Amino acid sequence: MSEEVKVFGFWCSPFSRRVELALKLKGVQYEYIEEDVFKNKSPLLLKYNPVHKKIPVLLHNGKPIAESLVILEYIEETWKANPILPEDPYEKAMVRFWTKFADEKCLPALWKAGWSPENEREKAVDEACECLKTLESALKGKRFFGGETVGLVDIAANFIAFWLRLIQEATGQELLSAEKFPDLFKWTDEFGSCSVVKESLPPRDKLLAFFKARVAEAMDAQTNASK
Amino acid sequence: MGEENKVMLHGNWSSPFVKIVHLALTLKGVPFEYVEEDLENKSPQLLKFNPVHKKVPVLVHNGKPIVESLIITEYIDETWKNSPQFLPEDPYKRAKVRFWSNFVQQQLFGSIFTIIKTEGEAQEKAIKEVSEKLQLLEEELKEFFPDGSCSIDSENVGLLDLVFCSLFGPQKVEEEVLGLKILDPGKTPLLCSRVTAINQLSLVKELTPPRDKLVAFLKFIRENALKSASG
Repeated sequence: MSEEVKVFGFWCSPFSRRVELALKLKGVQYEYIEEDVFKNKSPLLLKYNPVHKKIPVLLHNGKPIAESLVILEYIEETWKANPILPEDPYEKAMVRFWTKFADEKCLPALWKAGWSPENEREKAVDEACECLKTLESALKGKRFFGGETVGLVDIAANFIAFWLRLIQEATGQELLSAEKFPDLFKWTDEFGSCSVVKESLPPRDKLLAFFKARVAEAMDAQTNASK
Repeated sequence: MGEENKVMLHGNWSSPFVKIVHLALTLKGVPFEYVEEDLENKSPQLLKFNPVHKKVPVLVHNGKPIVESLIITEYIDETWKNSPQFLPEDPYKRAKVRFWSNFVQQQLFGSIFTIIKTEGEAQEKAIKEVSEKLQLLEEELKEFFPDGSCSIDSENVGLLDLVFCSLFGPQKVEEEVLGLKILDPGKTPLLCSRVTAINQLSLVKELTPPRDKLVAFLKFIRENALKSASG
């Protein structure tokens, strides 16, 4: 029986890259469809995700699923190779907790700290560092959040391992350093050096250029605002 | 009940997040001890069990704490396998339940809270948002219940029902406090009949706070919020 798996994504989105990573980890073949999310979302995307109108969307045998974390749990339950969640209900609950924390607290705090205007920056950076410190405590000296292998928390925290470093390079701000967060920093290297992870990351130069362009835009806007 | 398998729930009567878990345990017939937390004066135990968020609900099972209402409920479903099963077996149906439960909790809840805490233009905007979101929910329910029937009993309550129940009480308290209806059977008949059906289950009725208490509480929240907005 042929299985039809499609992923609607955007090249620089960590959210659609999460889905691709999980599928690759499990050896699932899929077709990738790039969406022009800023200017021209396809009618198919709007049909498959009418509620949020966003990527990623996973389409499995014609049935659409939206929201990256919901998709990841679906992938785990559908393709059993290389599990990303533990069996034990308590351990599972802990993984879900940290996944939610990384996604709902860390990511927004880090994004805000990266792009906040001068006068709000210190507070935003403090909050982001608090988040990183808390997340780091979940590592407990393990190689990955998932133990010896990449798990759900690692996948959800993909932004920290790759996107954050490039934002730091583009903005000149350092949020995640080896000095402040030694365990987490080490994790970013471990995670980033997995071949299946490397395959599911956006091209480094293209993403860096994208962030540098945003920095320039933000500076122009600030200069114009103060004229 | 020995120390083994001991279940405790730290909660607060006014929290819809606690209500989900409280209902889940009750419907599954799990014996547990309930600890009412004063949110202005949280117990050292609560802070120890939920150091990251310092919030209720917290479920403690065999001395191990679990937090976040939807995570706790999935844990309950996976640990006590008797009916009702809150999540369906089929992965696609599970994904839909998770998607909509998150939607109601994250998006709808926030907007409803805004209606309670604001007035004028801000409130009108929130009312419009809630109305749109409720319509989306109604459309989805048509797929869940294609024959339009909404019957429910204590054996087939699902996660999404628990989430509805936590947000929409039976007494239309918001009508009294706000002078407006949030749930309108004219606009979202399926949703309304499902909510009514759940709220009529005897186990649910037992866990519903007294109407006067809820009205007073909502009025208090609203008055405080409006005062700080204008102060």
